[in-house]
Amino acid sequence: MTSALSIRSLRKVYDNGLEALKGIDLDVAEGDFFALLGPNGAGKSTAIGIICSLVRKTSGTISVFGTDIDRDFSQAKQYLGVVPQEFNFQQFEKVIDILVTQAGYYGLPRRIAEERSEKYLRQLGLWDKRDNRARMLSGGMKRRLMIARALVHEPRLLILDEPTAGVDIELRRATWQFLRDINARGVTIILTTHYLEEAENLCNRIAIIDRGRIVENTSTRQLLAKLSTETFVLDTREQLDAFPDLPGYTGRLVDSHSLEIEVEKSQSLNELFASLAEHNVHVLSMRNKTNRLEELFVSLVQAGADRAGGGTDGGRS
Amino acid sequence: MKARQQWVAFVTILTREVRRFMRIWLQTLLPPAITIVLYFVIFGTLIGPRIGAMAGHTYIDFVVPGLIMMSVITNSYSNVVSSFYGNKFQGSIEEILVSPVPNYVILLGFVFGGVARGIAVGAIVTLLSLLFTSLQLHHLAVILGMVLLTAILFSIAGLINAIFAESFDDISIIPTFVLTPLTYLGGVFYSIDMLPEFWQAVSRANPILYMVNAFRYGFLGTSDIPVSGAFLMVSAFIALSYVYAIHLLARGRRLRR
Ligand SMILES: Nc1ncnc2c1ncn2[C@@H]1O[C@H](COP(=O)(O)OP(=O)(O)O)[C@@H](O)[C@H]1O
Ligand SMILES: [Mg+2]
Repeated sequence: MTSALSIRSLRKVYDNGLEALKGIDLDVAEGDFFALLGPNGAGKSTAIGIICSLVRKTSGTISVFGTDIDRDFSQAKQYLGVVPQEFNFQQFEKVIDILVTQAGYYGLPRRIAEERSEKYLRQLGLWDKRDNRARMLSGGMKRRLMIARALVHEPRLLILDEPTAGVDIELRRATWQFLRDINARGVTIILTTHYLEEAENLCNRIAIIDRGRIVENTSTRQLLAKLSTETFVLDTREQLDAFPDLPGYTGRLVDSHSLEIEVEKSQSLNELFASLAEHNVHVLSMRNKTNRLEELFVSLVQAGADRAGGGTDGGRS
Repeated sequence: MKARQQWVAFVTILTREVRRFMRIWLQTLLPPAITIVLYFVIFGTLIGPRIGAMAGHTYIDFVVPGLIMMSVITNSYSNVVSSFYGNKFQGSIEEILVSPVPNYVILLGFVFGGVARGIAVGAIVTLLSLLFTSLQLHHLAVILGMVLLTAILFSIAGLINAIFAESFDDISIIPTFVLTPLTYLGGVFYSIDMLPEFWQAVSRANPILYMVNAFRYGFLGTSDIPVSGAFLMVSAFIALSYVYAIHLLARGRRLRR
């Protein structure tokens, strides 16, 4: 499998001394629909910015389809399409001009530039608006304009930085469907988001970034399985010398009077206690063991819930 | 990027720059035309006859080339500084920065956009001057060569200003405090022969003096300074500012975070 993106030991220290990325490694295979999930301020936009050269890295290497961005930046950039988090087109330009111009920056001759612009404006439902000035578009349309602009040179890797932040539900669904179609046609997609729901819905792989570090990088299925188990610490009356044989449960002995047991959300605690009783183990007290990943998820899920409550359309965030 | 693609990218940037100043012609083409016509009326028609001859020519004939040059300088500079800074401010400079366009193509695209504006305004002003006097032509190649080099130089200077600028104030400081004084003292309105020895020497340190005089030579055949020296000097300034601007773009400071 070809690697669409490969990042090694990437660090970024901003001029003010803030270390936004603390050495991250990441591999995205060709054809993946990949989520970079993390709370606000985690370093997602910094990572995207470095990949597309808007942010200067402090150290580390990046290659896009095997091309090192430091060695052949021109080739690497041809592979890459970027949809930034904030609107960054000229507000006074016409929609069609923005696309044709962008194609020109990639060296596409005028005729092809015009064909491609029409193709992607149609696909994103903006063809009717082609002669409007960009500032006249609604927030959702502006976001779609940026997606069309990123596709006009037909990149093999499309990167979207929070593509649906502040977009209403209907439009978010339409955007998701559009991205699925693009992915099905062979374009590798990486999107950043701070909504678990979005990553879960779209992506086959999820990396979680928090405070400048990748804390998890796995398939969506495995991640969800991990999240559906809880770890409990049980203090027992009896002294134990080994983890008892409990069919259906995994865990470990912490010390002679405590056990750590993983319980899937679907399993009942009564059954667990019953099995323990069979081994003559009596539980005196029990607490939920939280780990960093779970805490992170609570905040991510919380962010999702907040959004469902009050989403506004567009705007710089 | 292949040479052909670079050419497409260059034409793209240039087209976008020209489209910009044409779209807002009320701000870019009309005001300089009005200003210069006022100069023609005041200095040419009203005051000019009382001043008498300057360097052997009627005052209006003397002042017209200088005023054309002044509008070329101001307009090429301000086109690039406001367009490039505007792109930085709105974020749309990122459209170019994420693309494979090499830095020198970015520079040339914006610079020739500025040259186009400078020359467009220069041409408008030249046509308007015909309402007030009939222009002589002494040496057309000198006129065209000097106007082109001057427009290139001040477009690059505008680009450098825009790269450093971090607010709209920053893009008016240099024009107000450097460009305008140098232009006014650059022999647009008078021949430096009129000045005492000392001020003549000081004036010779002003590069704009050379451009204005060489340009005027193309019309009238008279100059305070050697014309070939002026070409050499402007070319040297262009080379220096080009290298510096490319260095700034490559380093990416104030463009890439
Ligand atoms: N230009 C900058 N200068 C200094 N710090 C910055 C800059 N941009 C972002 N940061 C900081 O870097 C961290 C990561 O930011 P960012 O990459 O935007 O996070 P995310 O996109 O995940 O929300 C944050 O603490 C943010 O405040
Ligand atoms: Mg961000």
